[in-house]
Amino acid sequence: MRIFQQSFKFLALTVLVFLSTTIYAQSSHEDGGQIDTREEVDAYISHHLQDSHDFTFFSYTSDEGERKHAGFPLPMILWSSDGLVTFMSSEFHHNDDGHVIVEKNGLKFAKIHSKIYELEAGATAVNFDAEHHATNGARVLDFSITKSVVGILVIGLLMFFWFVRLAKQYKTKKIPTGFGRVLEPLVLYVRDEIARPNIGEKHYRKFTGYLLTVFFFIWLLNMVGLTPLGFNVTGQIAVTACLAIFTLIIYAVSGNKDFWMHILWMPGVPILIRPILAVIELVGTFIIKPFSLLVRLFANITAGHTVIMALIAIMFVMKDTLGVAGATGLSFILSVLIMFIEVLVAFLQAYIFTMLSALFIGMAVAEHDHEHDHKVVDAEDVRSDFV
Amino acid sequence: METLLNDFSPGLFAVQTVLLLLLIFLMVKFAWKPIISSLTEREEGIQGALDAAEKARREMANLQADNQKLLQEARLERETMIKEARELKTKMIAEAEAEAQVQANKMIIQAQAAIESEKKAAMAELKSQVAGLSLEIAEKVVRKELSNKDKQLELVESMLGEATLN
Repeated sequence: MRIFQQSFKFLALTVLVFLSTTIYAQSSHEDGGQIDTREEVDAYISHHLQDSHDFTFFSYTSDEGERKHAGFPLPMILWSSDGLVTFMSSEFHHNDDGHVIVEKNGLKFAKIHSKIYELEAGATAVNFDAEHHATNGARVLDFSITKSVVGILVIGLLMFFWFVRLAKQYKTKKIPTGFGRVLEPLVLYVRDEIARPNIGEKHYRKFTGYLLTVFFFIWLLNMVGLTPLGFNVTGQIAVTACLAIFTLIIYAVSGNKDFWMHILWMPGVPILIRPILAVIELVGTFIIKPFSLLVRLFANITAGHTVIMALIAIMFVMKDTLGVAGATGLSFILSVLIMFIEVLVAFLQAYIFTMLSALFIGMAVAEHDHEHDHKVVDAEDVRSDFV
Repeated sequence: METLLNDFSPGLFAVQTVLLLLLIFLMVKFAWKPIISSLTEREEGIQGALDAAEKARREMANLQADNQKLLQEARLERETMIKEARELKTKMIAEAEAEAQVQANKMIIQAQAAIESEKKAAMAELKSQVAGLSLEIAEKVVRKELSNKDKQLELVESMLGEATLN
């Protein structure tokens, strides 16, 4: 019940986030120069929440009025109508509204809000409709090493490095030293508090590896999302969807006969109701469960990033009403407080995702005692059981 | 929802799927399996050590109880032995006393008997000697007395006189 309540809360939050996204997505704003107005702040936040094809640490405007970006370009790998096309993201010159056209293999590409469009043959510039959608271009499959992919790679390597070192320590000593001493209780925590109680003593071993990987993956990516490096990996719907689908595949593949029986042909229920229950159960198992997983993580991280950036923006937006010191102070205090909450949320969401994955897997592999199954339960019996 | 779908990047999804699969595979093979097996091994080791310690403690307690029991038994045995020895001692003393008494009595009786018989013998001897002596004296006296007639007559007279008096 609590889970449903939570899901509902997160769903409501997501809807709110989407509503606000649609408002600021309309204001086309080139990323450059000072950000002072509310609309500019909204555009900046929406720009940050999206994946980026460059790795930019910070940007500034030089004395000559030229926009400078400190960072490095990342490789673009596109699957166009003419096959694979690769080039460096620096060729777009940090342009994100479709004004810079890159020509490769006789094809023209434009980048609009971090999405790559391939222009129709003969077109030389992107045409926009009233809602600022490109009319003469189509999105291409974008396998680029984006900022999120860099984040995934870095965190993956970091995890691999840390835990392989921890694994090696056990070869020479019983108790790890140094950083391994920090990691060991976390591993034990995931195993003993998440995997074991939710999956059950008999089956948990098989799934502990997946749960550990997902837990540390989400947690560490949530944490780097809070650093000024500006990663937003777990706020990418593609990433959370991928994680949720992994969990779905695992519990669908490892589901035992009882699990499928309770979905497709619920025992102990009148025959006529069984098909209706089957539809509900199928929707619940294959759509609602993974959707709740992916939306919860995505919405929480997106909301966190939005709130932090909005609170930082108080500094600029309320400069006139509160004065420089007042606006800065207010912004500082609020964003520090929210940062503490976000550090908690970073852990909490990793925990919830892992815990729910374990729970769903546990439901799929649970072994029922067959005594109460497969007989038509009389309503009177049920009542007498309760009384 | 439209924004949600619009923001969904199939390319990123594909890259993430490949990387996550790779990460899960590598982590399970090189990190989680050895870590979990080492942890399980360690836990089992600790459990084993605790069990062994508990067992040793119990054995120690058993041993101590046994020792106590043995000591108690030894003490009891010693006491019975001492008691028995004491009883034996008194019994022996009593027996020896009784024996001694009996022996002494016997000796006394024997001695008395011997004394009696000696006395009797001595008396008999004495009697016989006295009788012999008296006979000798009497002989001598008679011999002497009867050497003259008168004196013989005189004696007869006195003896006759005495005999009538008796």
